[in-house]
Amino acid sequence: MREFVLDGDARHGPDVLAAMAGGVTLDGGLAWANGGRSQASRRSWLDTFDWRLYRAGLTLEQAACRDRTDLILTGRDGETMAEQQLTPATAPRWPCLVSELPPGPIRELVEPVAGVRALCPVVRATSKVTELRALNDDAKTVARLAVDRMAVTFPARAAPPVRLMLSPVRGYAGITDRIGGAISGVPGIVAARGSALETVLAAAGLHAGDLPGKAAAVPLSPSIPAAQGLAAILTALLDAVEANVPGTRRDIDSEFLHDLRIAVRRTRSALKLCGRVLPAGLTREYRAEFRWLGDLTTPTRDLDVYLLDFGRMTAGLIAAAPADLTPFHDYLVRSRAAQHRRLVAGLRSARFARLTLSWRAALEEIRPARKRPTLAQLAADRLSAAQRKALRAGQLISPGSPPESLHELRKRCKELRYLIEMFGSLYDPGQRWQAVRELKALQDCLGSFQDAEVQLTEIRAFARQLLADRSVPAETLLAMGEIAAGLAVAQRDARREFDGRFADFASEASQDRLAELTRIAGPAGGAGR
Amino acid sequence: MKIFATYNIKGGVGKTVTAVNLGYLAARDGHRVLLWDLDPQGAASYLFRIKPRVKGGGKALIRGTKSVDSAIKGTDFDGLDLLPADFTYRNLDLLLDSAKQPARRLAALLAPLKADYDAVFLDCPPSISLLSESVLHAADLLLVPLIPTTLSVRTLDQLTEFVSGFNGHRPDVLAFFSMIDRRKRLHTQIAADLPAQRPDFAATAIPALSLIEQMAVKRAPVSAFSPRSLAARQYSQLWQEARDRAGLTA
Repeated sequence: MREFVLDGDARHGPDVLAAMAGGVTLDGGLAWANGGRSQASRRSWLDTFDWRLYRAGLTLEQAACRDRTDLILTGRDGETMAEQQLTPATAPRWPCLVSELPPGPIRELVEPVAGVRALCPVVRATSKVTELRALNDDAKTVARLAVDRMAVTFPARAAPPVRLMLSPVRGYAGITDRIGGAISGVPGIVAARGSALETVLAAAGLHAGDLPGKAAAVPLSPSIPAAQGLAAILTALLDAVEANVPGTRRDIDSEFLHDLRIAVRRTRSALKLCGRVLPAGLTREYRAEFRWLGDLTTPTRDLDVYLLDFGRMTAGLIAAAPADLTPFHDYLVRSRAAQHRRLVAGLRSARFARLTLSWRAALEEIRPARKRPTLAQLAADRLSAAQRKALRAGQLISPGSPPESLHELRKRCKELRYLIEMFGSLYDPGQRWQAVRELKALQDCLGSFQDAEVQLTEIRAFARQLLADRSVPAETLLAMGEIAAGLAVAQRDARREFDGRFADFASEASQDRLAELTRIAGPAGGAGR
Repeated sequence: MKIFATYNIKGGVGKTVTAVNLGYLAARDGHRVLLWDLDPQGAASYLFRIKPRVKGGGKALIRGTKSVDSAIKGTDFDGLDLLPADFTYRNLDLLLDSAKQPARRLAALLAPLKADYDAVFLDCPPSISLLSESVLHAADLLLVPLIPTTLSVRTLDQLTEFVSGFNGHRPDVLAFFSMIDRRKRLHTQIAADLPAQRPDFAATAIPALSLIEQMAVKRAPVSAFSPRSLAARQYSQLWQEARDRAGLTA
């Protein structure tokens, strides 16, 4: 299929039929004929908040016309991969998790890509398709041209250019190529540069693949004053916090809260490690406020982690039956619902509104009086200090060290990683990836150790609570004991793995690669840019 | 993939119009349908406005030097494709004779299309030949149009007996009365009595209607250009019987 668009606004552009009749000369006895009644439909394109389908080359669309509704999945080449008719009983209420889609090939293909993220309508449009048929001298249809006039209705009203889709009839590809050549020669008609989704998004002023909720690296010049660069980084982190608030409040999926927490943690780390370049008093005030925000989100997230991991935990049971854990699962769901209500109340509070509003205003008002230190100098200084601290914290760990010392090292490693990502635009992406390779492996190991530590503490508290409530049978507590044993084994394995991971991180080669980042971003590297 | 074949030793009994209308109705039901116009006269190809020509002719198809898939043309109707006739099909008997296992050759040629089509209609030329034997071996359901006369019923019995002698796969047979002239008492009497007495007869009969003859002028299935007509309704009923008999699920 070849696709074209009419150059210009859909409402005032040239009439397609007139353009065809006047502009496209079909040789070889071909003629255009009207293909029959036009078809109106409502189209909704669906994706996760962070465009996982789009980034994987998939497009998921729900098309509803008068008498039927279909879900259509297309691949990178625009070819339909799966199509499924929806009934009132099976039609999902968007947003919804992939596990809530009706069973079938679409769910099977989308599930590994979307993961725990919900599918939400990213753009909606009405569409009116009329068809023209190219006829040969036997009045046989040899090609079809669908003329699609769309109007975007969500998230903003817009009129995208008219799309023309030329499809061959089987066995007549050569003639269709000739017709395609003739159409592309008509003034005002150009080859479509993107998919229908990209066309409607562009009309609505959006771009597929934008990641408003991710705390991504901000492109920055190394020579700008440090305070100016830090303000830009903190503003981007505030954008990420705010972008994830509606999804967290509506509880669309657990990743909104996860991403919100990442943006808060990075803000807190940035204030702690680099806050001295900001105006006096600002850092102290907002460190306390962001600590409050972080603490507000922790109970819900901890329960999310438990629930997300629940299937894996029950699959690992040996003596107990998975059904024994049902009362525990119900307890987690109830607790999570209660914690989420508290979280929503916090996100609706005047304190939260004040925090985001005043923090944005404060960041906008930052006008550095001095050019030095530059952002590159700040990055080099902080990175080198964080690298030293992480190395020292790890070297202090011996086989008899308590779990707290590993947690301490984990925090230092996180700070180092945040700094590298925060100042990410100052480094070559390949070099950055090489530099964090061993650090990332060490963080994974420390993460497994600490997660098991937290979950062990929590499951003991849950068991005490359930026992006090006298609401569960003995089988549930026994099964929870099995889970606790599994967590202890996972923690022991992570502890055994630790020495090797830290040795890799502490190796000369790894430390040199990290130090190299400091040199690139430092005064000499920065001046050279 | 279910294979239907419209077959009768006699010509002019309504084989082609049956294949064309039932193929159209199957596609309208949402099935992916291929109609193979095996008759060198190319009447089905003409009705779909497709030139009766296959590159390399019947020889290339039977010998496998050209794939069946590459010769297929799309009709004007969604889900309905046509493998056109070619004048060289008049020699298909000779070509089959020189092929290995000639009686199974058509089934072997269609086998690679299983993933692409739900239903295949074979529109056969009127004859008893190696080609018709190959068609009978390939088909799941033989649709046999009969003019209501005593002699045509005898022909059906001979066909049924011939098919029952096959080893392995045997097609089911569904005969139906076609071109019933309501002015002839014998036609109406036989058409009224026989279907109730024999399980291999469809309850639906197709009357002789000028609208069916109009197909050659309109060059389209009657169900497409006159969907509410008696002819269209009868073909629709016949399709339901054939579909159920062949076990083709909606």
